[in-house]
Amino acid sequence: MLTKRTILIFAAGVLIAAAAAPFLNAYWVDVLNNIGLYAILGLSLNLIVGHAGLFNLGHAAFFAIGAYTAAILNTTFGVPILWLLPVSALAAALFAFLVIRPIIHLRGDYLCIVTIGIGEIVRIALINDVWELTGGANGIFGIARPSLFGFIIRTPLHFYYLIGAFLVITVVLFFFLENSRFGRALNYLREDEVAAEGSGINTAYYKLMAFVVGAAWAGMAGLIFAAKMTIISPESFTFWDSVLMFTLIILGGSGNIAGVLLGAVLIIGIPEFFREFADMRMLFFGLAMIVMMIFRTEGLLPQRARGYDLGKPAERAAP
Amino acid sequence: MDVFFQQLANGLAVGGIYALIALGYTMVYGVLKLINFAHGDLFTIGSYLGLTIIAVFGLTEFYGPFLGILLVAVMIMAALALLGALLDRAAYRPLRESPRLSAVVSALGASIFLQNMVMLLYGARFQVYPDDLLPSTTLDIFEVSIPVVKIIVLLTSLLIMAALYLFIQKTRIGTAIRAAAIDQGAARLMGIDVNRVIMLVFLIGPALGGVAGLMVGLLYGQINFTMGWVYGLKAFTAAILGGIGNIPGAMLGGLLLGVIESMGAAYFSIAWKDAIAFVVLILILIIRPTGLLGERVAEKI
Repeated sequence: MLTKRTILIFAAGVLIAAAAAPFLNAYWVDVLNNIGLYAILGLSLNLIVGHAGLFNLGHAAFFAIGAYTAAILNTTFGVPILWLLPVSALAAALFAFLVIRPIIHLRGDYLCIVTIGIGEIVRIALINDVWELTGGANGIFGIARPSLFGFIIRTPLHFYYLIGAFLVITVVLFFFLENSRFGRALNYLREDEVAAEGSGINTAYYKLMAFVVGAAWAGMAGLIFAAKMTIISPESFTFWDSVLMFTLIILGGSGNIAGVLLGAVLIIGIPEFFREFADMRMLFFGLAMIVMMIFRTEGLLPQRARGYDLGKPAERAAP
Repeated sequence: MDVFFQQLANGLAVGGIYALIALGYTMVYGVLKLINFAHGDLFTIGSYLGLTIIAVFGLTEFYGPFLGILLVAVMIMAALALLGALLDRAAYRPLRESPRLSAVVSALGASIFLQNMVMLLYGARFQVYPDDLLPSTTLDIFEVSIPVVKIIVLLTSLLIMAALYLFIQKTRIGTAIRAAAIDQGAARLMGIDVNRVIMLVFLIGPALGGVAGLMVGLLYGQINFTMGWVYGLKAFTAAILGGIGNIPGAMLGGLLLGVIESMGAAYFSIAWKDAIAFVVLILILIIRPTGLLGERVAEKI
C-alpha cells in the first residue's frame, strides 16, 4: 500500500543515494552500478518468479536479446543508443512471446527446465554467430556512448545517475503494476491456479504477459548494460547470470520490491567486502538457498498481504 | 557409411551414460516429484572421485585394468550412495511438507553448493584421467573400427540397466518403489515405509550417476567441475524423452538422445551439438509431454 511513510522513506533513500555518490571512488560507484543493474533485472524477473510464481531460470536470454539488439543497431546503423530503448524492449518482448507461448501451460518445474534450455540455446546461438550478426564468441565492440540532450554519458558516475534514474522509474512503475488488476491477477493464479481460472482469470494470458513484460524490462536493462560496457559477448549472458538474478529474488524476498532491492545489494554488493573469498561466493549462495528454503521460505523481506482501508465502521454504515 | 557407424557407436556409448544419469533423475522424480538438480553434480563428484581413487590406491596396477576399474566403480558407488542419502537428509527431507517449488530452489542451491565444492577441492581447470587405464585396442565390426572402451562403456551401462530393471520389476523392494511412485498415500496404507523408499532411491540414483561419471572419465579422458549440469540437463531431457518416472523410458531416452546428438553433430553442425538436446527437450514437451513410453507419475502436466 502506498502510505506517506513509504513515500518518505523512498524519497529519502533516493536523495541520499544521489547525494552520496560523488564522494565515493570510481570503483565503488561501479559496484553500485552493478547492483543497480541487477536490481532492475531482479525487479523484471520478480514479476515472473515472485508475482506469477513461474520459475524462470533463463532470464539472461531476454537480457541478451535486448543488449544485442541495441548493440547491432547502434554499431551497424549508428542509431543513438538511448533511442533504441523501445526497440530493445520490443525485441525482447517479442522473443519472449514467441518462445514462451507454446510452453506456457507446462507445470512449474518443467517450465523451469525449459527456460534453462531457452537460455542455453540463445547463448549457443550467440556464440555460433547466427546470421553473422552477433560476432560469435568475441561479441560486439565499439558500442557508442549514450548521450542525453547533447551530454555524453561516459564516467561511472554518469552511468550511476542513468542507472539510478532508470531504477527509480522501474520501482515506481512496478509498484503500480503490482497493485493493479494485472498484479492482483498474477498473485491469484500463483496462489491457486484453479480458483483463479474459476474466477474468470485467463491464466495462460496473464502468465504469458508476465513473461512479456518482464522480458521487455530485461531487454532495456540489456541496452543499458551494452551502453555501459561498450563491449558485449556471450559470456555475460550465461546460465549463472540467470541463477544470480533468480537467487537474489529468492533470498531477498520474492514478490516484494524492497526484498528484491535488498537481494541485489546482498548478492552483488556483499561479495565485494570478501574479495579474498571470491571463489567461495557461489558456495555460500548455494548453502544460503538451502538454509533459506528450510527456515524462511519466503525470503528475508517477504511480500506483505494486501490490506484495504475500508474506513471506520461508522463511516461505512452511513449511507 | 563409415561415418554413420562411427557416430552410432559414439552416440550409443554416450547415450548409455545419459541413460545411467537419467535413471537417477527419473527415480527421484517418480517418488518425490522433484527435479534433483544436484544429481548432475553428484555425477561430477563420481568422476573426480574415480580420478582420486585411481591415483591414490593404484588399483589398476595391482589388479589389472578390468578388475581394478571394477573395484574403483564399486568404491565410487558406495561413496556416492552415502552422499546421495546425506543430500536427501540435509536438503530435501526438511522440505517434504513444503510447497514443491521450495524443494526445487533447495535442489538448485544444493547443485550450486556441490559444484563449487568440487571446484574448491580440485581447482577450476580440466583434470585428466590417465590414458593407459584401459587397452586402447579397437574392434572391427562391419569393417568399422570401434575403440574397445566405447563397447565396454555401452555394455556395462546396459548390464547395470538390466540389473536395475530386474530389481525394480521382480523384487518386493522394487515393487515398493513403483508403488510409492504411483501413489504415496496408498503405498503408505499398504504398509510401505515411504521414507525408506525415498532413501533407497537416493542411494541407487547417485550410485549409478557416480559410475556414469567414471565412464565419462574413461571415455573422454577430460573432466571439469561444470560438466555435471550439462550432462545433468541432457540426462533429464533423456528422462522426459522416455517418459518421466518410467525406468525403461529413461534407458530408451538416454540411448536415443545420445544417438540423436551425435548424428546431429555429424550431419548437421558440430557447433550446435549442445543445443540439440535442448531443442529435443522443448519439442518433446510441446508435442508429447508424457514422453515416448508414457510417464509413470500420478499427476498430469
